[in-house]
Amino acid sequence: MKARTIQLLQFTGMFWAIPFVRLFSGEEILVQLRQIWTSIGLPVMAIAGFLLTWHLVAQRVNTSLGRLPGPMEVTQQAQVLWQEHLTERAKANDFYARQDARIAKIKAANPNAKPRRVAFTGKPTYLDQILTSLKTVFVGFIFASILALPIGIICGANKNIMTALNPIIQVLKPVSPLAWLPIVTMVVSAVYTTNNGLVPKSFIISAVTVAMCSLWATLINTAVGVASVNKDYLNVAQVLQLSARQRTFKVILPATLPMIFTGLRITLGVGWMVLIAAEMMAQNPGLGKFIWDEFQNGSSTSIARIMVAVLTIGMIGYALDRLMAALQQKVSFA
Amino acid sequence: MSANTALASPILLSCQKLSKSYPLPKGQSYEVLHELQLDIMKGEFMSIIGHSGCGKSTLLSMIAGLNPISGGQILLGGKAIKGPGPDRGVIFQSPSLLPWMSALDNVLLGVNQVFPHETKDTRRDIASYYLQKVGLGDALDKRAKDLSQGMQQRVGIARAFAIKPQILLLDEPFGMLDSLTRAELQEVLLEVWNREKITAIMITHDVDEAIFLSDRVVMMTSGPRAQIGDVLNIHLERPRERKAVMEHPDYYEYRSHLIDFLEHV
Ligand SMILES: Nc1ncnc2c1ncn2[C@@H]1O[C@H](COP(=O)(O)OP(=O)(O)OP(=O)(O)O)[C@@H](O)[C@H]1O
Ligand SMILES: [Mg+2]
Repeated sequence: MKARTIQLLQFTGMFWAIPFVRLFSGEEILVQLRQIWTSIGLPVMAIAGFLLTWHLVAQRVNTSLGRLPGPMEVTQQAQVLWQEHLTERAKANDFYARQDARIAKIKAANPNAKPRRVAFTGKPTYLDQILTSLKTVFVGFIFASILALPIGIICGANKNIMTALNPIIQVLKPVSPLAWLPIVTMVVSAVYTTNNGLVPKSFIISAVTVAMCSLWATLINTAVGVASVNKDYLNVAQVLQLSARQRTFKVILPATLPMIFTGLRITLGVGWMVLIAAEMMAQNPGLGKFIWDEFQNGSSTSIARIMVAVLTIGMIGYALDRLMAALQQKVSFA
Repeated sequence: MSANTALASPILLSCQKLSKSYPLPKGQSYEVLHELQLDIMKGEFMSIIGHSGCGKSTLLSMIAGLNPISGGQILLGGKAIKGPGPDRGVIFQSPSLLPWMSALDNVLLGVNQVFPHETKDTRRDIASYYLQKVGLGDALDKRAKDLSQGMQQRVGIARAFAIKPQILLLDEPFGMLDSLTRAELQEVLLEVWNREKITAIMITHDVDEAIFLSDRVVMMTSGPRAQIGDVLNIHLERPRERKAVMEHPDYYEYRSHLIDFLEHV
């Protein structure tokens, strides 16, 4: 039980919780307490120091929208956003309840009637926006992987192709999402003409921009990984005369998996960073648009609300990275 | 060797005027082996010893087909070899298992390739038979990366035997192991080999290992342009037992013959 828990914590990267498990199972108490102090006490102190500095500095900075908000105001706005979410959901529930009641009435009067159902069209809440951002980055990440993995494998397997493509890759790699966005917008608008499609255009534009900016890490890592597969493994494949397919799927890919996952982890991180800018410009209703709207709005609470978004973005980015790190650990065989 | 015994055990593998040059960065080349002549009889266990860097691994990798030949030819069963193939089982110095696969899957990888027409169960039986023979009957499903070096090399031995090659090529197979594990694995190898009698060429730095395992020990001169310097036949009856071998009246003479050669080339 204890070993299991510790394993799980290690797998999810929650190393700081391990000493607690040990402490509660009665292992040397002093050692564990010191562990807890170094793994939790120190970061907590640092966070407290950070909040205090923020609080003190914020009081002294005056913007056109009033004093810069400190930790208190930001916490308060986080609660407000949560309340807004609850209110909006309650409204939606009311709406559907009323609709159901009306439909029941119509059906009672005339069993053959087919009354139309309509969806509630409230404004998206902060939580909806977070969800939209997550969906967008996920789709962008999938696009990036679909492009980067095959090209990376081909580049890694063939030196000439790598030499040929390398300049293009190196030139496109450092381009900012803000530069891609107009081009992506024009292309997507030209190609994706149906307006009643399943997903809005702004969603696709944001996802494609995310993919364009983030696929490079996976491409390069995959190529390098494939090119540097342990010679011993390739010798084994040669001696056994494995077919090209077997060699790829039984030897090269498994051997490259740890490198590929390192690439995917970077891709997801870059993608999440790029997403906010893309959403701002493409008006995709995620966290980027939230920040942009608050900025345009310019009310006295706007900066505090933007700060909530900043912290949310940071925490989600951290969580995504931990997730990828855990997967990476799972596939590494070294 | 008399004509009679030569008939009884025909030549299986023959290196004829075999040369190998590696290109040097400045455009010249470095000739490691020069017109090397070597015959291996069917069913024979041969060891090759020689100083570090004389070209032993180069020779073996050319026989394995993993390293191109610069001059001369290598005949296996009368046919010139072109490239690698499962008719030659290779046991590398590092175990070279695919670490993400189980011990069984590592062996099966070769077995599936060599016996594609057998049923799945038969192939599995072949693979687990050889793993049992090297003492890993209980570790079939362990991942290769979780096995100790010695156990990994046992899997390497099982993998090489399981594909029923015409010839086994071993490049310092126990070089990376501690002396206890090494002695253990020598016995594992000898035991499986006694059963199968697959022609084998083994490179080693260990004089005692060479005597214990081989019918013939081939001594290579130091490079560049290395050749076969001397050959020592080991007339110890099989099956062999370490203690009996070490106490054999000829043992000391074999040993000093080999050490003399190594000290004087
Ligand atoms: N790919 C290569 N390119 C250039 N030179 C090489 C290459 N491989 C080996 N050599 C050189 O050829 C010579 C023989 O190398 P080889 O590995 O065959 O020696 P060895 O007898 O197996 O040595 P050891 O006992 O240390 O394993 C060495 O001088 C080595 O530096
Ligand atoms: Mg060598």
